Amino acid sequence: MLAFIVNRLLQAIGVMLVVALFAFIISNYVGDPINNMLGQEATLQDRAQLKKDLGLDDPAPVQFARFVGEALRGNFGISYQMKRPVSHLIVERLPATLELVFVAATIALVLGVIGGVFTGLRRNAVSSRAIMTISLVGVSLPTFVIGILLIYGFAVLPKSCVHGVHLFGALLFDCADVAMISLPSFGRGDTVDIGAWQSGLLTAEGWRHLVLPGVTLSLFNLTLILRLVRSEMLEVLRTDYIKFARARGLTDRAVHFGHALKNTLVPVITVAGIQIGSLIAFSTITETVFQWPGMGLLFIQSVQFADVPIMTAYLVLAALIFVVINFTVDVLYAAIDPRLRADRVAAGRA
Amino acid sequence: MNRWILTTALALALAAGATAAEAKNTLRWASQGDALTADPHSQNEGPTNAASLNIYDPLIRRNAKSQLEPSLAVSWKAINPTTWEFKLRQNVKFHDGTPFTADDVVFSVMRAKAPSSDFKSYFDSVTEVKKIDTYTVHFITKGPDPILPNQVTQISIMSKAWAEKHKVEKPQDFKNKEETYAIRNAMGTGPFMLKKRDPGIETVLERNPNWWGWKTAQGGGNVDEIIYKPIKNSATRVAALLSGEIDFLLDPPVQDLEKIKRDLKLKVVSTPQIRTIFFGLDVGSKELRSSDVKGKNPFADKRVRQAIQLAIDVQAIKRVTMRGMSQPAGIVTSPGVDGYMPANDKPVAANVDQAKALMKQAGYEKGFRVKLDCPNDRYTNDEQICQAAVGMLGRIGIHVQLDSQSKTLHFPKIQKYESDFYLLGWGVPTQDSHYVFNYLYATKKGGKGGWNGTGYSSPKMDELIAKMEVETDVKKRNAFIAQAWALAKADLIYIPIHHQVINWGMTKTLDLPIVVDDAPNFRWAKMAPGKKTN
Repeated sequence: MLAFIVNRLLQAIGVMLVVALFAFIISNYVGDPINNMLGQEATLQDRAQLKKDLGLDDPAPVQFARFVGEALRGNFGISYQMKRPVSHLIVERLPATLELVFVAATIALVLGVIGGVFTGLRRNAVSSRAIMTISLVGVSLPTFVIGILLIYGFAVLPKSCVHGVHLFGALLFDCADVAMISLPSFGRGDTVDIGAWQSGLLTAEGWRHLVLPGVTLSLFNLTLILRLVRSEMLEVLRTDYIKFARARGLTDRAVHFGHALKNTLVPVITVAGIQIGSLIAFSTITETVFQWPGMGLLFIQSVQFADVPIMTAYLVLAALIFVVINFTVDVLYAAIDPRLRADRVAAGRA
Repeated sequence: MNRWILTTALALALAAGATAAEAKNTLRWASQGDALTADPHSQNEGPTNAASLNIYDPLIRRNAKSQLEPSLAVSWKAINPTTWEFKLRQNVKFHDGTPFTADDVVFSVMRAKAPSSDFKSYFDSVTEVKKIDTYTVHFITKGPDPILPNQVTQISIMSKAWAEKHKVEKPQDFKNKEETYAIRNAMGTGPFMLKKRDPGIETVLERNPNWWGWKTAQGGGNVDEIIYKPIKNSATRVAALLSGEIDFLLDPPVQDLEKIKRDLKLKVVSTPQIRTIFFGLDVGSKELRSSDVKGKNPFADKRVRQAIQLAIDVQAIKRVTMRGMSQPAGIVTSPGVDGYMPANDKPVAANVDQAKALMKQAGYEKGFRVKLDCPNDRYTNDEQICQAAVGMLGRIGIHVQLDSQSKTLHFPKIQKYESDFYLLGWGVPTQDSHYVFNYLYATKKGGKGGWNGTGYSSPKMDELIAKMEVETDVKKRNAFIAQAWALAKADLIYIPIHHQVINWGMTKTLDLPIVVDDAPNFRWAKMAPGKKTN
């Protein structure tokens, strides 16, 4: 087990170094931040001076070593555009992304598991088939389309009401009622500072702002988990031990939820864990559509501005998140699944 | 555990308290890009300057018609060829209550001249700023500088005492890895005070009730609070305006203007901007880098340049690409700039047959290949304009390969003289033609011609530029400028396309005059009274 962990750790470090190298290479060949920092009127001497000051004249290996050394200390330099330390920016923006991911992951997990169990148990019912078809929306529509549709449907339309909602000539809802269902289309609303963490989870306004982006971000994973749970359920329900449990006379509820569901959830948790990693790293599109002040939006802005310190910090951070999650999952799997451990031991002995 | 519960309960109570509102005029607005910093001398960029000038006052401002008007300087004149005297406004206080004096002017100008300032070239001609008495300042210049008043309109006057107290005597220094206090804090004399600055997320300004200008023609606005949030995605920006979440949108995309106009609660105001979009051609190289013509440069032949101008149909671009939102141009500077003459600005009507004839005359009947460099995130529909041009030039045999990139990659190509054929837009913050000639037409040497990516070098033009720099007699100077424009038109190294038209979307109850430099002056903004904060 220890050899396994050490092995995985070394691999993780190797991956991080390679990513750092890529990040560093990109940083040397993208755009001209000098131009962006100095504006349209600086002289050639100013540019040369700034280049020297930023250390952009040193040989590549020296710059890379400096980069890695600084990164290990959490120092990614100063953003070219915002003139603030990158580490401060990341710390400021991380809570927003984490809260959004938390909401999206919760929606995806809860609804996905419930939907998956339902459609797994009632395989051929009309309702199941309807759910499966509608869930295709989650994987086939791009995130920004879903986001903009939701904004249009819940932020713009309710406020564009002119005559109210009529049914057979009678007024069902007037415009004031319709406007009540409207949700905010951008930003985080009021946030409360808990130390360094700016949270939107403590106010009603904060929750209202979380609804549309949370739903948008969750849809893809919701569909994924729903289908995964469903197929796992179908497979588990066919196994021998389920047959024996039924033969023993256990109730349907005990069989389905006491036995089948637990086994179903193991691969689901693995996938969900990895998906959370990708949610954190790639919430970019949703954050851009909803102007959610998180890491993804910071990254997109830094790409547009060729703000290399932020880009490289983000790449390294995203790689770190994935490496840590994969490492944890691997180790947990080895810890949970005895087969993995036994094989290793057996292999070692042979 | 108990402490955690207590903290949460407190936080909830605070949150509940925080949302209690008083009726006051709050203006919520959005645009694509936030100001880069609250430091007024650090970045010379449109949105950043616009934001600073609501918090700080300059010595001289421009009114809604773009004419110079007194701000912190009540009068100014050149008392001798190398000295400008400014008399300052009395009884003005900074936001913290301290008085404004000549010391602050001297300090601010020297700060703007610091090596880490992005504004130093505004004061290239100034060698010294002297305080004569509490309310009089002299600017000593190298030679006569007839347009110094134009240059000072963008320079904010900052409190010297405040800057010294917070150690921000110099604008951001890149060697210093720390964030300076001035990036998120401000101390000016302007109509609004900076209450909160969260870069890229939210900026809140609060009315300065002691501003000297509220009851003058310079003020008149009734806004108490301004909440700004940048929204990058264009669909979301428009949705925010349509849903009433914001009252004012600085940059609605052209394709959504109709939708905004149709909304009963909203309106669109437009004006031509002082920014002209044009194509630059490399006329100076012996051979084009990306062309299949070897041994000579087709762009060096004026007939080819004329053919290109005749082939590009700027009216079609206006109609289709810009959806009517542009003003086709005949020269590369716009109305509002000193030296602009409408007679010069008549756009050339497209004439493909004449263009083909000219190409044949020049010996390029079969046409040639060339690469066009274009930005895709700077000007309104910039990439689409280039795409339209590619099609139009194809008609006369010029096969254009379009290379469209972010401005951070595109602009260096022009500045380093690495492009054969490029799209550029040029604004004129000083609103004087010299700015255009100095950067676009002067021979590229030293501090001049920094954005002349054409290799154009004309001794006559350089001579005219040098003369207009130091001529203080207005009539003579205007004559030099007129001659320079005539020469520019005759030499045709830039193909003008159009002057950008800017549109602002806002609620019908908001009265905010639009100005040619796209900067919202909230001191003029009048809202329907009694909007609650949200």
